[in-house]
Amino acid sequence: MEQAILQTVALTKSFDASPPVLKNITFSIKKGEVVVVIGPSGCGKSTFLRCLNLLEPIDSGEILLDGKEISSDKKNIHKYREKIGMVFQSYDLFPHKTVLENVMLAPVLVQKKKKEEVKKEAEALLDRVGLLEKKGMYPRQLSGGQKQRVAIVRTLMMHPEVLLLDEITAALDPEMVREVLQVVLELAREGMTMVIVTHEMDFAKAVADRVIFLDKGEIVEEETPQEFFNYPKTERAKKFLNTFHFEALEI
Amino acid sequence: MDFEFIFTYIPTYIEAAKLTIKIGACGIAGAFVVGIICSLIIELKIPVLRQLVQIYIELSRNTPLLIQLFFLYFGLPKVGIVLSSKACGVIGLIFLGGSYMAEGFRTGIENVPKIQRESAYSLGMTKKQTFWKIVMPQAVATSVPVFCANVIFLLKETSVFSAVALADLMYVTKDLIGLYYKTDEALMMLVVSYLVILLPISLVSSWIERRVRYAGFGNTGSV
Amino acid sequence: MQDSGIQVLFDGINFFRLLEGLWASIRIAFTSMLFSVVLGLFLGMVMTGKNKAIRFVCRVYLEVVRIMPQLVLLFLVYFGAAKHFGIDISGEMAAVLVFTFWGTAEMGDLVRSALISIPKHQYESGYSLGFSKIQLYLHIILPQTFRRLLPSAVSLLTRMVKTTSLVVLIGVVEVVKVGKQIIDASRFENPKAAIWVYGAIFLLYFAVCYPISKLSTVLEKRLKD
Repeated sequence: MEQAILQTVALTKSFDASPPVLKNITFSIKKGEVVVVIGPSGCGKSTFLRCLNLLEPIDSGEILLDGKEISSDKKNIHKYREKIGMVFQSYDLFPHKTVLENVMLAPVLVQKKKKEEVKKEAEALLDRVGLLEKKGMYPRQLSGGQKQRVAIVRTLMMHPEVLLLDEITAALDPEMVREVLQVVLELAREGMTMVIVTHEMDFAKAVADRVIFLDKGEIVEEETPQEFFNYPKTERAKKFLNTFHFEALEI
Repeated sequence: MDFEFIFTYIPTYIEAAKLTIKIGACGIAGAFVVGIICSLIIELKIPVLRQLVQIYIELSRNTPLLIQLFFLYFGLPKVGIVLSSKACGVIGLIFLGGSYMAEGFRTGIENVPKIQRESAYSLGMTKKQTFWKIVMPQAVATSVPVFCANVIFLLKETSVFSAVALADLMYVTKDLIGLYYKTDEALMMLVVSYLVILLPISLVSSWIERRVRYAGFGNTGSV
Repeated sequence: MQDSGIQVLFDGINFFRLLEGLWASIRIAFTSMLFSVVLGLFLGMVMTGKNKAIRFVCRVYLEVVRIMPQLVLLFLVYFGAAKHFGIDISGEMAAVLVFTFWGTAEMGDLVRSALISIPKHQYESGYSLGFSKIQLYLHIILPQTFRRLLPSAVSLLTRMVKTTSLVVLIGVVEVVKVGKQIIDASRFENPKAAIWVYGAIFLLYFAVCYPISKLSTVLEKRLKD
């Protein structure tokens, strides 16, 4: 059996004294796999990704990267994050740096790579997402879709083993959604391992190897996209999927 | 209006203005340094020092400069610490301004959105790298307008220096009114002097503020 | 053992006199604040109006207040007015006048920026519901600006209280002046009086201003949308 890259075992997480946002989540993803996490707002999807990237402390359970427990090792936290890339919903580019500086910063600073090498790679990647001519611009001069593509490139520059995408198109105007998702689809084709949280159901169908349906902090269904979208098993999943179909509303 | 009188005393005012500027500049530079150090102590959560800095900030912000000066100038000699008027002026201004600078800078740090730190962390940067490379540059830029406002505020505050016998603009004016009853002339020169010193600074700071707000790299995360 | 001199504060009615002086300072600050709030609200609304000339005059007014030290303004009113209008204006009156002149500008600017921060659609939806201009301001706009204004207004009050210390320089009998009198009176029997008296005044100001600034911070946190 192939070794999982990233795994959680019985992960539980709560904020303050309120009931847990994530209950007993056991999950794993293999190399080259694309897992899409969907579910109603407030079901804990984003928190789940943030836990995977060690941005949120967890209450109990384990997070394993390449079979090694990482959630309790605070000292090397940045080493692990280097291997787990994350792109956020809001455009979080560093506003005081140009596009090129944004994508070059981490490899130079964190991985101590040579500037010339990094620059070459950065330009190649920017070219691939169609933004090479924007390299000297500041983030505020870009559209939302362009910013988000730069944010993806910035993460790719670290050669992460897994990429976490947290509703990266949720804050975008509809016409910009496509240009960003296109980039993600290509990455999937190239075999990038990804955990994706999204509300774009068509995109989920197209990109996912596996769909996880999360509701009230629990994994309710875990299926192939064909199974899940066509023959959801639980009532909760059916109800959720129906909200995307207007004709399904009964008059 | 007695113009002969005015011309006679223009050099006196220039001297006084020079003194105001000199002490103001020293005090402001000192306040800037103290402010940065204090805000770093708070931000980096250094124990004990942090509590001391907090007490200092509250004391400094909630008492008038005049009283601080009186304490330094009239009070301290009674326990054997004698300071010159100039020293009192500079120390007083640093004591007052340091807390304002610190507060301004701390707000700048706080205003850097949390997501900025998080995305730096998610790229594998350490806390230190994130603070110096991501948070600090943005905090400095956003607090520039506050610094400018503080510079104007502190220069205005120098007007109380006459109370500790510094021969500044207020002191000269009071002298001339008392000696010659040339109230109008003295007051006019007083107002003009402050205009000459502060108007350019005020205009430059408005200009900087506009630049930082509209053309700077700001607009973080806004859609 | 050497005499520390602290008893100067407790001699006779000295401390009571200091408090009385402090009361004079507070009276000046609160009276000026009251006028400033009323006039400032008005000024703020005027400044958001369309008339260019009025707006220009307001800007000049604001700029004057922004760059002229309060002490200079006090001198202008106290010495200038006395000479020109022949009225022997009392120091306290001059102080209230100047502080109101200053406070109105600050309040006006706060009101103005609070007003323009209200999104345009708030005005539009108010009008589209058939509100009159007065109803609109009274029921929709001003209540929304209130949350933004209150913390800054309270912090302006702290600054006013602090600035009252200046009025001693134009001869008003307030806490600093009383302090000087006490020091002078006890010059021979208690040469160390100065450090205790000024120390006490320092702490008295702190005792008044600190709660007000804390209140401002608390309000700011509470009223954040």
